[in-house]
Amino acid sequence: MHTKTLTQLSNGLAKKEFSSTEITKHFINRIKSSKLNSFITITEDIALEQAKNADNRIANNKQEALTGIPYAHKDIFCTKGVKTSAGSKMLDNFISPYDATVSHKLNTAGTVMLGKSNMDEFAMGSSNENSYYGSVKNPWNLNKIPGGSSGGSAAAVAARLSPFATGTDTGGSIRQPSSLCGITGIKPTYGRVSRYGMIAYASSLDQAGPMTQNAEDAALVLNVMAGFDKKDSTSADKDVEDYTEKLEESINGLKIGLPKEFFSEGLDDDVAKNILRAIKEFESMGASVKEISLPNSSYAIPTYYIVAPCECSSNLSRMDGVRYGYRCDNPKNLEDLYLRSRSEGFGEEVKRRIMIGAYALSAGYYDAYYLKAQKVRHLISDDFKKAFKDVDVVMGPVSPTTAFDLGSVKDPVSMYLADIYTLSANLAGLPGMSIPAGLSKNLPVGLQLIGNYWSESKLLNIAHMFQQQTDWHKKTPQEY
Amino acid sequence: MSINEEKVSQIAYLARLQLTKKELEINTNEINNILHLVGQLQEIEAKGVEPMAHPLHMSQRLRDDEIKEIDDSKNLQSIAPKIGNSHYLVPTVID
Repeated sequence: MHTKTLTQLSNGLAKKEFSSTEITKHFINRIKSSKLNSFITITEDIALEQAKNADNRIANNKQEALTGIPYAHKDIFCTKGVKTSAGSKMLDNFISPYDATVSHKLNTAGTVMLGKSNMDEFAMGSSNENSYYGSVKNPWNLNKIPGGSSGGSAAAVAARLSPFATGTDTGGSIRQPSSLCGITGIKPTYGRVSRYGMIAYASSLDQAGPMTQNAEDAALVLNVMAGFDKKDSTSADKDVEDYTEKLEESINGLKIGLPKEFFSEGLDDDVAKNILRAIKEFESMGASVKEISLPNSSYAIPTYYIVAPCECSSNLSRMDGVRYGYRCDNPKNLEDLYLRSRSEGFGEEVKRRIMIGAYALSAGYYDAYYLKAQKVRHLISDDFKKAFKDVDVVMGPVSPTTAFDLGSVKDPVSMYLADIYTLSANLAGLPGMSIPAGLSKNLPVGLQLIGNYWSESKLLNIAHMFQQQTDWHKKTPQEY
Repeated sequence: MSINEEKVSQIAYLARLQLTKKELEINTNEINNILHLVGQLQEIEAKGVEPMAHPLHMSQRLRDDEIKEIDDSKNLQSIAPKIGNSHYLVPTVID
């Protein structure tokens, strides 16, 4: 049951081979007996209620593609009446009074929310070790990190505790955990999916997307998630395609660009071998490969670690202990209330990024840091513009290594370096994807696909055709 | 560019964060490492490059000045730490 794809589940539901209530119970049981810590909240009662409604819809032939299918919802999306913690002590008592647009769309489609998945606090982290609710374990090896920040979502799909999951990606938070857990994840073009009710980390970078077993499933979920939203002023007023329509198109003649900067120092040899083997597979399918250069991509790390902290220091100023969230005990005065609520409510990495942002935005430093970073961001984006004149898609590794040991990376700078290949797509606002492309010492390796603006359909097509030729996406950790 | 503990204290206060002596020491060290990393930006010549504030270069959309949302204050205030007479309560600011 749990290895079925979304299409298989949907067909089974339509043919009454099983009910939504049955599959929901099956997945809830799997979650309860798992040791991965991939969920912050299990919403069993809501799930069973939604499953019952879905079964009624199906009985009346009023279902949509995902009606009755369970999923794990990253705990960054507001869900009315359900705790939405963003992995933080600050919001441990936050029962959201409203639904995010993504939550609303998934509800309207008739999906079944199994629970809220674990994540790095306020989506800041690459290992899921920054969660107030404890680390998530990688189902391929319980001593390894699942990646972050959508680590709970990735682990849940990889261990088949949930048929699909939602994620958000500010600097790689969908692609990197997808890569390290061996699943398929897509970060759409900035503005494609509404950010309304998605707790903001860095507003000019944040983007939500699906995390699934394969590209076809991702297309089905993105069909539900994507679309213009008046409630999000950064949402793009652009029609949504049916992302399943072009999945089967031939990729004969596809022009692939390999940025030489993505294959240089720091990339693990075995990861590189797996990536190059996957590229060969594309060549055998009629694609051509060309070396390209993204000369400013090495500046993606310093640029991101200015832009994102600046935006987070502004966004998180709303967490002040006054209107919602954590408030310290017995504040002496208003200033004490602010100081202690924030100091006790935020974790270390969040505080650190807020301070970096506050510093970079402060008088006298703004030009040297924030303004300079915004300029370099433009240069990084221009590199891609040039590249897409010659190639259809850029490919490379998602992460320089496979999943590392829990607790092994202690200093923030070393952790930041793990994001080297994913940050550029966010800075430029381009869509990016991770698909399973091999195993290295029994740990998954993800291949990254970066496309031009609004090329989600093309990326999903490329990924789908690869998955027709290979079975890396079907491999699951032994125990599961 | 490097900064000392005094400066880090000052930034922490700007961001309304309080650090213990130990936290101040650790953060000063780590923030300096991060500033060293982001300092690489100074190597790049970017004179005349437009700063990129929005990935799609979109400008803010305007909407008609109409009231569309209902008054939801009761629902929104139901999760506040402390309210009174439909106001958010904080410690006394002016006696």
